[in-house]
Amino acid sequence: MSQTSRRFRLVDICYILGMILPIVFGIALKVLFIPASEGISITGAAVFFTLPLPLGGLPISEAQVNSWLVIISVFFLCLYLTHGITAKGGLCRQIVAEWIVEKTQNLVRANMGEYFRGFGPFIAAILGLSAFSSLLSLVGLYPPTSDLNVVAGWAIIVFILITYYKMKCGPVHYLKSFGEPVAPLAILNVISEVATPVSMAFRHYGNILSGTVVSVLVAAALSGLSSLLLSWIPGFLGSFPLFRIGLPAILSIYFDIFSGCLQAFIFAMLTMLYVAGAFPAEDYMKRKERRKKAAEQANEQ
Amino acid sequence: MLEIAIGIILGCCALGAGAAMIAGIGPGIGEGNAVAKACEAIGRQPECKGDVTTTMLMGCAIAETTGLYALVIAILLIFVAPGTFVDILMRTLGR
Repeated sequence: MSQTSRRFRLVDICYILGMILPIVFGIALKVLFIPASEGISITGAAVFFTLPLPLGGLPISEAQVNSWLVIISVFFLCLYLTHGITAKGGLCRQIVAEWIVEKTQNLVRANMGEYFRGFGPFIAAILGLSAFSSLLSLVGLYPPTSDLNVVAGWAIIVFILITYYKMKCGPVHYLKSFGEPVAPLAILNVISEVATPVSMAFRHYGNILSGTVVSVLVAAALSGLSSLLLSWIPGFLGSFPLFRIGLPAILSIYFDIFSGCLQAFIFAMLTMLYVAGAFPAEDYMKRKERRKKAAEQANEQ
Repeated sequence: MLEIAIGIILGCCALGAGAAMIAGIGPGIGEGNAVAKACEAIGRQPECKGDVTTTMLMGCAIAETTGLYALVIAILLIFVAPGTFVDILMRTLGR
């Protein structure tokens, strides 16, 4: 399939639409189903409806819907970036795609070591999902990362991974690791084990939510100030919150763009460090060698 | 009487949220120290700026944890706790 054919362009347009339409759909959902609030209001995610399940209802909230929209959007972005890739290269998007893959692979190799090479896609997925979820607040939607449930889900996945790699040397070795350096410290070790996912979830969620809260407070204070100072002007200008122009946008650069991307990076870095740190590489190699020897001996006999 | 009780609950929740955020002092000092040392390190060895910056950001994120626990508690005290406490009060009063 040539890169200039009509079919190629058509597929391209479909992918771009697949990127944009979920966001438009989210905005439409927000406009149609969530009542507009007057003035300052800081609420959690609005619940669209509740699914009746055997073990109590499952509320489908704005955060869940928005995170699925982000997933679909990022999926089509990946399809668009990898569409028409050749060994020779030539398209601009191929350079971007290769840059992303190379950067994440280098990051994973530098932080986790050669054994965890295969973690590249997972880390890239966490980075992309987290960053784009936080950036969703730029278009006025509820960012899923400012809901504790979404981030706690990711943190639980990381916790399962950590436990899996700690169990690599067998459950006995795993249980023994709690008794280090001395057995009475086991309770503290259990607490620090549980604190890992909790602190990861709280860190991401707290940073994004505090940014939202500060932005809303500043916007409300500025509109209050302008109504205090400018309300003597008759007509439209008197009721227009003039001071609200400018400063909230500068705050948004820090809280939405910088903080969102930084938290995504930190979440991915912590995932890598915790998972790589959980794997007892030396013990695993020893165990492997011992097993190999045992198998050889069994073969000889 | 009920109004006074609810008022005390709301006021104490707000006071508690404010008191919880005193914990923001710690991470502020800690992160300031971290950034100061990172600046010194970059000044001494400008060629390893990238590594120092990455490590500093990670350290800041870890140092921030206690402050964020306080933030979460403050947010819970402002947005969640008053409703729960008033519900408990109403239930004990049997209304």
